[in-house]
Order: sequence, then C-alpha cells, then structure tokens
Amino acid sequence: MSVLVNKNSKIIVQGFTGNEGTFHAEQMIEYGTNIVGGVTPGKGGQTHLGKPVYNSVKEAVIKAGADTSILFVPPKFAPDAIMEAAEAGIKVIICITEGIPVQDMVKVKAYIDKFDTRLIGPNCPGVITPDEAKVGIMPGFVFKKGKIGLVSKSGTLTYEAADQLVRAGLGISTAIGIGGDPIVGTPTKEAVELLMNDPETEGIVMIGEIGGNYEAKAAEYIKSTGNKKPVVGFIAGQTAPKGRTMGHAGAIVGGADDTAEAKMRIMAEHGIHVVQSPADIGETMRKVLMDMK
Amino acid sequence: MNLHEYQGKELLSKYGVAIQRGKLAHTIEEAVKAFEEIQKETGTEFGVVKAQIHAGGRGKGGGVKLAKNMSELKEYSGNILGMMLKTPQTPGGVDGPGKLVKKVLIAEDSYAPDFEKNKEYYVSILMDREKKQNVIIYSTKGGMNIEEVAEETPHLVHKEYVDPELGLLPFQARNVAFNLGLSGKAFKEMNAFISNLYKAFIDMDASLFEINPCLHTGDDRIVAVDCKVSIDDNALFRHPDIEAMRDTDEEDPTEVEAKSYGLNYVNLDGNVGCMVNGAGLAMATMDIIKLSGGSPANFLDVGGTADATRVEQAFRIILKDPNVKAILVNIFGGIVRCDRVAQGIVDAYKNVGNIPVPIIVRLQGTNADLGKKLIDESGLQVHSAIQLQEAADIIKRILG
Repeated sequence: MSVLVNKNSKIIVQGFTGNEGTFHAEQMIEYGTNIVGGVTPGKGGQTHLGKPVYNSVKEAVIKAGADTSILFVPPKFAPDAIMEAAEAGIKVIICITEGIPVQDMVKVKAYIDKFDTRLIGPNCPGVITPDEAKVGIMPGFVFKKGKIGLVSKSGTLTYEAADQLVRAGLGISTAIGIGGDPIVGTPTKEAVELLMNDPETEGIVMIGEIGGNYEAKAAEYIKSTGNKKPVVGFIAGQTAPKGRTMGHAGAIVGGADDTAEAKMRIMAEHGIHVVQSPADIGETMRKVLMDMK
Repeated sequence: MNLHEYQGKELLSKYGVAIQRGKLAHTIEEAVKAFEEIQKETGTEFGVVKAQIHAGGRGKGGGVKLAKNMSELKEYSGNILGMMLKTPQTPGGVDGPGKLVKKVLIAEDSYAPDFEKNKEYYVSILMDREKKQNVIIYSTKGGMNIEEVAEETPHLVHKEYVDPELGLLPFQARNVAFNLGLSGKAFKEMNAFISNLYKAFIDMDASLFEINPCLHTGDDRIVAVDCKVSIDDNALFRHPDIEAMRDTDEEDPTEVEAKSYGLNYVNLDGNVGCMVNGAGLAMATMDIIKLSGGSPANFLDVGGTADATRVEQAFRIILKDPNVKAILVNIFGGIVRCDRVAQGIVDAYKNVGNIPVPIIVRLQGTNADLGKKLIDESGLQVHSAIQLQEAADIIKRILG
C-alpha cells in the first residue's frame, strides 16, 4: 500500500517532448516509474524516450490505459492541460508548473471538481512512493522506503525533511508535495487524510508555510481522528516580514491564522508535535515513535 | 504588483467605474496647471493634493491635503512633493525614514457641495483562498480600517461570493446596493459600480481591489475616492500595458537588481545573509538563523540553477547590505549537483575578490561529500557543513 502513486500506476507525461518534460521523464523512467507514454498535441504517433507520444490525453487513456498524469506544461497552457486530463478520466493529475495565474486556477478548480479526479499542485515537486514510483522532480535517492508519510508545500524543504527522516533511521511511505500556490488541488488536510488512512503509514510529517489556513484545517482534522497517528509539524517563515505577500484586505478572510506563530500554536493545541527548528524534524519523529513503544 | 492610486483609477475608469477625477503632477508648476484643468473639467472649487506612494495611511501622515484656493494648492503641493512620508505601511513604519514623494495627484473635491450628506462605504474584491472563489467584501463603515470594523462590528461587513463559472450574478450586485441601504438613483449607480468593478477585476487579473472610501455623494452618485489595486504577478504576461506601469522607485533598488538576475530576493534588517535554493527552504533557513542567535538579513532563493554566475550575483547582492556579518549558503542538491554548486562558490568567491565576512556553506543531497571536499580543499575562508544543525552551530559560534 501507499497513496496516490505506486508501481501499478499508469503514468503519462503532458508536455512530454519539451525540455523539462524530457529531462524529468528520463529521470522518472530511470527510477523505475511506470511511464506508459506522453502527450504533446501535434506530435502524436511519434516515439520519445522509447515511449509512445499521443495527441490528446483521451487517446493516452484509451490506448495506454493511463490513470495518472504529470504536467510539465508552461503556465500559459497548463490550465487547459489540467482540465483536459480531468475530462479524459485521469484519476491523479500532478502539476509541476510554477506561475499559473490565480484566476485561471479558480476556473480550473471549479471545472475539475465535476470529475472523479485529484489534482496535486500546481507549483509542486510532485509525489513519490519510494521503490515504486517517482512522479515528480525530487531527487529519488533521498527518499528511502519506510513508514512515514510526508506532506509539504515546499520542494527542497521536503527533500530536507526526507533526508532527516532517513538519517533518523526512518523512511518514507509516500511524500506529497502539495504546492505553494494560493490555490492548490489538494490542500494539506486532504493529503494528511490520505496518509492517515494508509495502513502502511505510521507517522506523518506536515510542513507548512505562512499564508492561508491549510495547516489549521489539517490540525482540526488530525484532532478529530483522535490523533490516531503521530504528526510532527513545522511552519517555515517564523521570521518572514508581514505584509510582503499578503494583501491588506486578505487578512480579513484569512483571519489571524496566517502567521507562522499562530499556525504553530494552533497545531500544538491540536496535538501535533511542533518543532521550532527545521533541523529537528527527523529526530523529533524518531523520539515520538520511540515514546509510543 | 501594486499600482499607484492614479494608475488604478485610470484603469478602473476605462471599465466605467466612477472615480474621483484628477491629474498627475511632479512639480508645483504642473500641480497648478493640473488644478486649473481639473477645475475647468469638473467645476470643482477645491482641489485635493494626494501623495502618490505605495502605502496606505497617507492622509494621517500628512500626505493628503484639501486646498481651498490656488495659493493653498501651491503650498500643499510644495510641502508634499519631496517630503519623506511616514505611514504605518512605509519602510520601518511611522518611526522609520518614510518614503520619498515624487508625484502628487491633484483631484477634484468629490465631497462638495453638501459635505454633511456624504456617506463613505467600503468595497473590496479579492480571492478567498479557502473557498477558492472571488469575494466582494463591503460595508457601510467606509474610510476606516476594515480589519477594525470586522473586529468591532462584524455584522456590518458583508460578503458576496462569486461562482467561478457563472461570474457575478445580477442579484449579487443588487444585494450589495440593498445591504448598503440604497434606493433610487444611488441604488442604480451602485449596481453599475459593482458590476463594472468586478468586470475590471477579472479582465485585469487583479489580486486585490480596495475602494476605501467608496463615496455616496449628496446628489446620489457613487464614486471611488481612493483605490488600492494589486495585479497577480503570474498573469502579467497577458497584460504588457499594466506591466509597463511598474514604478521601480517604489521598490527596494537591490530587490529590483536581484530580480533582473532572476533571483528572488527580499531585503530584511538582520545581520546574517543567506542564499538558498527553494522558497520553503529559504524561509526555514531564515528561521534557523534566528534560532542560532542571529537575525536574517534577507530572503534569497537562487532557484534551480545554482551555477557560478548566479552564485556570484547572489553574493554581490547580499554584500550590498552593510549589516551583514556572516553569510549562510544552504543548498539541497537534487537535480543540481552539490559539487557543481561548490565549484560555483569557489569561482564566485575568487571573482568577487575580498569577501569580508565569514561564509558558512551547507551542501546536502546529490554529491554532497564531493561538494564539501571541494570547499575544504579550496583554501578559502569558508566553513563547510552537511547537516543543517552543523550549519546552525557554526553560526552560533561565529556570532557568539
């Protein structure tokens, strides 16, 4: 078991023949990920990296049985590509693209909600289930197989946390990079929920950032499960200046829960093991698991 | 990207949003001419001199004045142009150095003739991250800080959430007008005001519109007296006209320079500079600097390609800040190999010449050991680390 992606996932790459798509598709194939082909409109029928290229996602679903897609499509075209994947019947859409206009994502989110699909990202490092499938841009060797689920808004900070967990003698069940944009397909709470219900995940690391209320919502959910599995949490941006990313009127909707301080307080109140230092993530998880035994 | 009040108004008026009319001036002479023209065009008797900087609270800081005649207008324009305007939102707040005012908007007096009959409302539009929908927030309590209104009288703050697929529906625009207690001509005006404002919000890819105050005049017109407009940076590729309105005078010069190199840099007031790949790790690195007894001098994300050129540019940017006592380089190599980054650091170090502060280099991930070896054997005055905690300990030692 694992969540979102595994060795049986049939994965296609949208934006397959572009520079980014080619580079990362090669890395994923080398890792052993089950890439069944790619989509580049107008290049259907060709072969790229030894895999078939399709004109549309629909074609890839019909001919290759694709159920998962990873997108390396420029911001201008990515919204359309996400919606195409949802309509074609893809179950897990992972969008790496950074820089999609937020109003485009408002429309994308409303559209894909009508389909039985899950979007991860955009602006994310992807998802990895070690030894089974790397569907993202992360360095695969850092993520050793284990029983800790990892949810994070950030790329390199996810690698940092995974590295610490491995050094602490633990490993990763599935790591989910949810993305750092204002609108993402799968907020922290939903990603945590997947791991909470995964029999092979024994503990969860949740890494957030300033802005929005995803972590607070996740904290409420975690408490509602009776803190069934231990969760270690960190929020990046304790020293970030106020007002640099948040609009003035934004605070009225987000409430006072936007700061790292407030989020950490809420998380601690809901039974999450909050670390002040990003260097303490792995060690804290090890101790928490030891104390339970 | 933030716009000036005069730029925001210019754009809004193209969408049929009624605005307080005005003209821009950079000198007293231009201000005089602007006042004459605006008097002719609008019939206004008085003129308002409004400092054009990217900060709220300009009025309280003395950056907005009502001139009752030409001699007052000259006097106020002279006072405001060239002043260091201090507001809670300028650098360092009201106790900071303030912000140099280089231009003023000379505007009509929208409150005349029946000052007593005017009412001030609040209207804003933004994207609600939780609901993933745009929302119009409005209140009869205009001209005030909306956060305080929400705190003290939450029942006076109303919201209309907009369906992403259908857009703003006619009944929602009517709701705004009804909830503000309007009828007759003012009701119709507000209806049009809200519809046009929402259309502008979508067309311009705005991330925030704030109209405060939104004036209900004695003769039942609805007018945007002030406006704060922010545009989604990610959408600027389809708005070259708005991109051209960027006023780099309003931005930190070092941040502007960093941006031209493709570096994401934010200047802060601490003593330890940092250079990191990835925004989340960069924020976490700032946090660990604080926990080690220092305070971050900046946020700097070098992005995915930490080669010698970029590392050198990043060093030069960080070293512009005289408060920097040490620099922490924190790179987690994924696709980027640490030995390449290390070579980049060694080359950059030699090119920059004398770097007068200690440097701590923490390289982890792909080829981390090779990277450390390169740094250690380079003969440079550089402390190297592999674990994040080691880097933190070195900072503590250096600062202590």
